[in-house]
Amino acid sequence: MTMMNEQSAAFAQYDLNVGYDEMFEAKLTPRTQYEALYKRLLELPPEEFQRRQAAADTSFLNQGITFTVYGDEEGTERIFPYDLLPRVITTSEWDTVERGLTQRITALNMFLTDIYHAGRIMADGIVPRELIYSCRHFRREMRGVHVPRDIYVSVVGTDLVRLPDGQFAVLEDNLRVPSGVSYMLANRQVMKRIFPRLFSDYGVRPIDHYGQALLATLRALAPNRSADPTIVLLTPGVFNSAYFEHTFLARQMGIKLVEGRDLLVHDNVVYMRTTAGLQRVDVIYRRIDDDFIDPMAFRPDSALGVAGLFNAYRAGNVALANAIGTGVADDKAIYAYVPEIIRYYLSEEPILQNVETYLLEDEKQRGYVLQNLDKLVVKAVGESGGYSMLIGPHSTAQEREEFRERIIAHPRNYIAQPTLALSRAPCYIEGQVEPRHVDLRPYILYGTRVTIVPGGLTRVALRRGSLVVNSSQGGGSKDTWVLYG
Amino acid sequence: MAEAMLSRVADNLYWMSRYLERAEHISRLLAVNLNTMLDYSPARADHSWARLFECLQIPQPDVENDPYAITQLLTFEPDNANSIVTCIASARENARHVREQISSEMWEQLNLLYLQVRSTDIDTIWGEEPYSFLRMVRDGAYLFQGITDSTMSHGEGWHFIQAGRCIERANMTATLLDVHSSFLDTRSEDHVGDDYLELVSILKFCTAFEAYCKIYTADPQPATITEFLMLNAQFPHSICFAIDQLQVALNAIAEATEKHKVVRTNRLVGRLRAALGFDQVDEIMASSLRDYLADIQRQCAQIHVAIHQTYIAYPIESALTS
Repeated sequence: MTMMNEQSAAFAQYDLNVGYDEMFEAKLTPRTQYEALYKRLLELPPEEFQRRQAAADTSFLNQGITFTVYGDEEGTERIFPYDLLPRVITTSEWDTVERGLTQRITALNMFLTDIYHAGRIMADGIVPRELIYSCRHFRREMRGVHVPRDIYVSVVGTDLVRLPDGQFAVLEDNLRVPSGVSYMLANRQVMKRIFPRLFSDYGVRPIDHYGQALLATLRALAPNRSADPTIVLLTPGVFNSAYFEHTFLARQMGIKLVEGRDLLVHDNVVYMRTTAGLQRVDVIYRRIDDDFIDPMAFRPDSALGVAGLFNAYRAGNVALANAIGTGVADDKAIYAYVPEIIRYYLSEEPILQNVETYLLEDEKQRGYVLQNLDKLVVKAVGESGGYSMLIGPHSTAQEREEFRERIIAHPRNYIAQPTLALSRAPCYIEGQVEPRHVDLRPYILYGTRVTIVPGGLTRVALRRGSLVVNSSQGGGSKDTWVLYG
Repeated sequence: MAEAMLSRVADNLYWMSRYLERAEHISRLLAVNLNTMLDYSPARADHSWARLFECLQIPQPDVENDPYAITQLLTFEPDNANSIVTCIASARENARHVREQISSEMWEQLNLLYLQVRSTDIDTIWGEEPYSFLRMVRDGAYLFQGITDSTMSHGEGWHFIQAGRCIERANMTATLLDVHSSFLDTRSEDHVGDDYLELVSILKFCTAFEAYCKIYTADPQPATITEFLMLNAQFPHSICFAIDQLQVALNAIAEATEKHKVVRTNRLVGRLRAALGFDQVDEIMASSLRDYLADIQRQCAQIHVAIHQTYIAYPIESALTS
């Protein structure tokens, strides 16, 4: 009994608030799916827990699962902070998420096909023409370009949050070069090693087939030329913060990791330079932004891309995943229209809700937002990674004033959303279990069919009270367990 | 075709290996000369430093043959492209770009060596006597070689690593003999004092003293030293041995890339290997040792360029028509 009391002490700091708590229904009363984990935590002596956390950290370091910190000449590599307590998602919760994401990616691909070709949705007045044409990531060059199977977005990472009523809602779509999937896979590897018994007792659905599924998705894009297409992963290089992930995925899929300087275009055909001569490339999984991919078509100062790649792409001689110009559909102002986009193309009601979003070009909405900056979150429409963001309740008067001026000067560049009470999950922090805000980024693959490996990357805002989960801003991650029925 | 290696990767592996070999070579020469210098007469000691710079193809610095300043220049000087630290840093940088192509054990060893040489400085090693530092560099390089051989597949990439090391070594040994060629050309039979020391140090520069004595006894003679370091087929630091290994590596690469034996690299290395196998030291010394060594260096440079043109930076037109 002393043992129990001592251990309950680990949860002494654990308070509940208005937000949804992933683990507890009420104080010290875990939800059904968390009961076994809770029991295990009560049994486990604190030293043992610390030992396992240290073992997990060492495992990450030894495997070189790191990200690069910018602005350091030595290219310092750090491990992505990792929390040992898994996040558990039930079958029925996952079922909704899976159906909702499938619906969303299907509609967004139809939307991209439409806006770069017929433009029906604009003609029908569902999404304003000027809103699309004013997107920073809209690519005029892509108008009328046919992409293989009309698949614009092959790989998506959608950020979900859980609202106080327990429902998942979409916070953000990442349709350009979503990252983080290697952490999802690595977290699972480590977790299986650290808590094997708990893991097998729970019945967790596997995710290890991600690499194979990604390869199949990329293969689906290959021009018909060859039965055995050459697929490569194009990285900006060793100085990129996600370089570890690029090497990891290339290895998982058994494909070459190339840099821009390894590729060349001749007569609108892409080749890679190998010691055995030039080898034709059919599909490029590119982890470089549109802007940098071809200095002849886009930014001329880019040294990362391949001159002439866009023409080869337009000629249909090479496929890119994701296609060029997909960023228009994850613009935060377009985001507000996604429920309408789903209804328009699929004649269905959206399964996953959006977060309420104020568009600042609308005078009435802008007036409300400017009145309530201290309560709202303001985001730049074309950014990701938690940059250029105002979190009203945590901001200073000066920061609010700066955003007020920026919004008035360029209302199209910003949107506002209510400050959400994000759900919180238990994290092990200095010998105590404390709640921290989390989100969920599942990875959706769209090829001949939609594949979503069960779970995703649960990101944690490790700083107490923080709402920002990005790794560049003090975020960490934890393993996500989707249970069998 | 699916197994083809990116040209950039091959280039990085080749240079990683060359730079590490050079670091090892510098530390070996420096350690030997710091030691021999103590026994030389003062004039000969000064002269030995001048020759050392020639061996390393570094312009003679302004420093007045001060062993401390010279050691600093050859170990930690960041502005000297041929200092131990810059060579190891270059080797590591090349490895970093192909980290997923080499084994993690290899990366860890090279990274460790880099961290070790970066964590100390000239005053520290000078205080503790520099030999242990120079020994650590050499051991670190040998360890890397051993780890490479036992943890990496002996495929195309491994052969590029071999090629880099062999060509660097052959070239370094040829340069070293070339610098000493007028001395080795002397006809005198009786070497005493400084001359004896210099003959021994030429062998020691190549860790060859013991191996030499096993064949020729401890009687260092210019002709036999030249024969041993140039034409011996079994000693790893001889030019002949290095070129033999280079030929093995280049043949394997040609085979892996389906270029077979017709490529220029193989013709060049084959010709040099044959010359080293059949030429006799007395004939070479009867004509001109100096010319012979200059020719070996020229052929090494040709082979280097041919490797680059065949596998790394070949013109697109030639690749498309083939």
